[in-house]
Amino acid sequence: MDSGEGCSDELTLSTAPRELTQNPLKKIWMPCKNGLPEKHIFQRKVCMTNCPTLIVTVGLPARGKTYISKKLTRYLNWIGVPTKEFNVGQYRRDCLKIYKSFEFFSPDNEEGLKIRQQCASAALSDVRQYLTDEGGQVAVFDATNTTRERRETITRFAEQNGFKVFFVESVCEDPAVIAENIVQVKLGSPDYTHCNTDEAVEDFMKRIKCYENSYETLDEVLDKELSYIKIIDVGRRYLVNRVQDHIQSRIVYYLMNIHITPRSIYLCRHGESDLNIKGRIGGDSGLSLRGKDFAKQLGEFILEQDISDLKVWTSQMKRTIQTAEALNVPYEQWKALNEIDAGVCEEMMYEEIQDHYPLEFALRDQDKYRYRYPKGESYEDLVQRLEPVIMELERQENVLVICHQAVMRCLLAYFLDKSAEELPYLKCPLHTVLKLTPVAYGCKVESIFLNVDAVNTHRDKPQNVEVSRMAGEALRTVPAHQ
Amino acid sequence: MSLKHTELTQNPLQKIWVPWMSSKLNRRRGSSVPQFTNSPTMIVMVGLPARGKTYISKKLTRYLNWIGVPTKVFNVGQYRRDAVRTYKNFEFFRPDNEEAMKIRRACALSALKDVGTYFMLEHGQVAVFDATNTTRERREVILSYAKDNGYKVKWFSYSRHTVVFFIESICDDPEIIAENIKQVKLSSPDYTDCDKEEAVADFLKRIECYKVTYVPLDDDKDSHLSYIKIFNVGSRYLVNRVQDHIQSRIVYYLMNIHVTPRTIYLCRHGESELNLLGRIGGDSGLSRNGSKFAAALGRYIKSQNIPDLKVWTSHMKRTIQTAEALGVPYEQWKALNEIDAGVCEELTYEEIQANYPEEFALRDQDKYRYRYPKGESYEDLVQRLEPVIMELERQENVLVTCHQAVMRCLLAYFLDKSAEELPYLKCPLHTVLKLTPVAYGCKVESVFLNVEAVNTHRGRPAGDEPMCSLVSPYRHTRAKPMASPTPTRAPRLQDLGVTSLSLQVLQCPERSGQSIPQSFEINASFQQ
Repeated sequence: MDSGEGCSDELTLSTAPRELTQNPLKKIWMPCKNGLPEKHIFQRKVCMTNCPTLIVTVGLPARGKTYISKKLTRYLNWIGVPTKEFNVGQYRRDCLKIYKSFEFFSPDNEEGLKIRQQCASAALSDVRQYLTDEGGQVAVFDATNTTRERRETITRFAEQNGFKVFFVESVCEDPAVIAENIVQVKLGSPDYTHCNTDEAVEDFMKRIKCYENSYETLDEVLDKELSYIKIIDVGRRYLVNRVQDHIQSRIVYYLMNIHITPRSIYLCRHGESDLNIKGRIGGDSGLSLRGKDFAKQLGEFILEQDISDLKVWTSQMKRTIQTAEALNVPYEQWKALNEIDAGVCEEMMYEEIQDHYPLEFALRDQDKYRYRYPKGESYEDLVQRLEPVIMELERQENVLVICHQAVMRCLLAYFLDKSAEELPYLKCPLHTVLKLTPVAYGCKVESIFLNVDAVNTHRDKPQNVEVSRMAGEALRTVPAHQ
Repeated sequence: MSLKHTELTQNPLQKIWVPWMSSKLNRRRGSSVPQFTNSPTMIVMVGLPARGKTYISKKLTRYLNWIGVPTKVFNVGQYRRDAVRTYKNFEFFRPDNEEAMKIRRACALSALKDVGTYFMLEHGQVAVFDATNTTRERREVILSYAKDNGYKVKWFSYSRHTVVFFIESICDDPEIIAENIKQVKLSSPDYTDCDKEEAVADFLKRIECYKVTYVPLDDDKDSHLSYIKIFNVGSRYLVNRVQDHIQSRIVYYLMNIHVTPRTIYLCRHGESELNLLGRIGGDSGLSRNGSKFAAALGRYIKSQNIPDLKVWTSHMKRTIQTAEALGVPYEQWKALNEIDAGVCEELTYEEIQANYPEEFALRDQDKYRYRYPKGESYEDLVQRLEPVIMELERQENVLVTCHQAVMRCLLAYFLDKSAEELPYLKCPLHTVLKLTPVAYGCKVESVFLNVEAVNTHRGRPAGDEPMCSLVSPYRHTRAKPMASPTPTRAPRLQDLGVTSLSLQVLQCPERSGQSIPQSFEINASFQQ
């Protein structure tokens, strides 16, 4: 880069433009000095905030605060924002060891109040450590936080530490919803392992009563300087006040799209393809005979499941569309569901990649999540591109997604809260449908093999990931193919 | 099940796989973007004058069209201007002015009728009904029109009813209202012959006329309706019963836009090595002139004295090199990468013509929807750029250093250009486009930084009219940006069935009724 030659233009900049080097793993161009990358890397992370954010839940017991906390945490981590939840009830359980009855929560139980105060402080202290020392970006402080006084304490704490605060209040008076909550998540709580259902429900209702008298909801006037979202009746209505930045805007959008209507999500890959049989990755081939057979079986399986109003989504690659065609129902094509782009390695066998690009092959094994194929994509890129799919999946009810191995791993990691390390190695075999049903705070998974044989396309991480390794070591875990 | 079901063919233009035989049972959607809604949506604005309803209507319409949802604004004030021709003063809007009330009601109904036509005959998906709609009675009229006239269309055994979504803007900050009046009311056709103070005084009295009968959306009585209430230009929102995907997107968009004055700078990377060779795509570095441009860009940016400027680049070397020369922090966005030319990457146009003549021809037939083999289309680009646009809306002063096709897409969003125009927008190297929001649109300044560069613009082939796309004509919403259609010219007063008119005719001369231009270009050259 020749910036100074023959110019009468003076560079008013203090330094000449820096040389660039391309990081070999992620293929990101970064400034470097003497061939070594410079310290600062300004690359677009999905959510760029400078201050860490403290999300504070507000609401009576059984209003879905923990459900929201966990789900939001899972979503933020998946899109790449390090997030952790801090459940004060858990601190209390660790402190108290034994829960006797609702009387612990009585407003005139001084002993109880003291302990609860201490637990909240302990949790806040851990929050500070997470956000300041451990590289956390968002902390979710999950507790009732039903008094203005408690919330002011938290706000002061956040100011002192340079955190932004965003409140998420859940307001609900529908007795049916509350009853369902209690059944789903309270009866199974450690607090009630020794009680029968009726006892537990009765005690919990009395517990709620303890909070009701001192409950000060976020007020339009008194709290108008705060940033918050108030969720009313499980999403029928929202009140949003003073969204400060990008991450809060994303959080609001997410919260406004989730629902709790029971439904099932079916994930599967296309039927076995011609390239699968040859052990080649990528490409846009059609189904093999066995693949077509699978498509037929899938159609029958779907009919048996008798799913009301099922939406079917495919990618824009021939093999997923062929699979969907056999179902004889309408389907939507999403380009975002296309398989990971292997760039220069498209349609190669692993053996050929090892042959032509041994360095790339090794780098991929070193960090499969962040590794980007030359002129291609990484799993990290995939997650970015799949985010609108996840958002729409949250909005929808019963959906069947017919996609590809890497894509399915990313979607599965979202639903099952898998880390970036685990994600690229999740097992998503051909001809197997994963049925996901939301339950309590998580997701139940049923794996259904549709009894049509197929090649195995799963390559485990080999033991030796060094660049210096022998071809044999690199190829040890390659699955068999033609 | 017959194996024939799995026979597919790939549409040569968009590279979309579609079944060989389309059957009535299979409602195959050959679009490259998922279609989320069958029902048309009517967005109904609510609010006193000068609360930003038209600003929101136009902006929202521009956004929806850009992301591929055919949308049109129906501004009842415009119908009124076309019907009444001359505006005398605020007395027209007095609630006890029966004659005027009849006219205003007729205008609203005429607009509603046009909404129906737009949905049924023009493949419209969203209609924005831009009027005050400040009384419960008026809103009931609209709701029952949507329900009864239903705009029912039978398609493949689906029937479409109209979904209604209200957007209410509530503001009591006198400063904001005064600024509104200054920005868009003083130059309205209603006030071309008045001096500033007269206009403001009249307009404020006009607002008072509405206040008397204004009934905002009520959280209890209207709890069954779908709506968003925007308070004080976005400091607070109330969202009730979002029904579907498009409403969710609309809410998200509305919650991200702001009216703080700011400037967006768009430019390409400096001239690259591959540019010099006439090759497309790739990931080459800057040429000598490209580096000179980067330095000139740095000087230009400094001279603009922009507070808190954010700088964005793609992940490609040439944009990053350009940003490096600015000496300020920048963010890399993969979404800003140049269009992927697939098998044509790093070829010259001559080589493409020689090796892929059919592809070359198809591209010229429908450059917006044409997808390179193993590559992307402009249509794909728009999809991928949507988060960039959303974040641009949230931000204030931003410089985006990107690529030709990408810059065309972004520019089309800001200047409301259609899918036909978008791929041919002129975005030459070494030229910065400075966009400043003004009134209802965007002012554009084109600043050439006086460093030579090759011309990479390939215009429409001479004599060729863009042909109809070869994509099978499945009925669905096409995902291509359409410039917001010009507002419907309403029939004259006589046609509305209003025969007698006792309004006094003004002495003022006929007005052209021209609305404020949405964009205008100033060509400037930055002298070093």
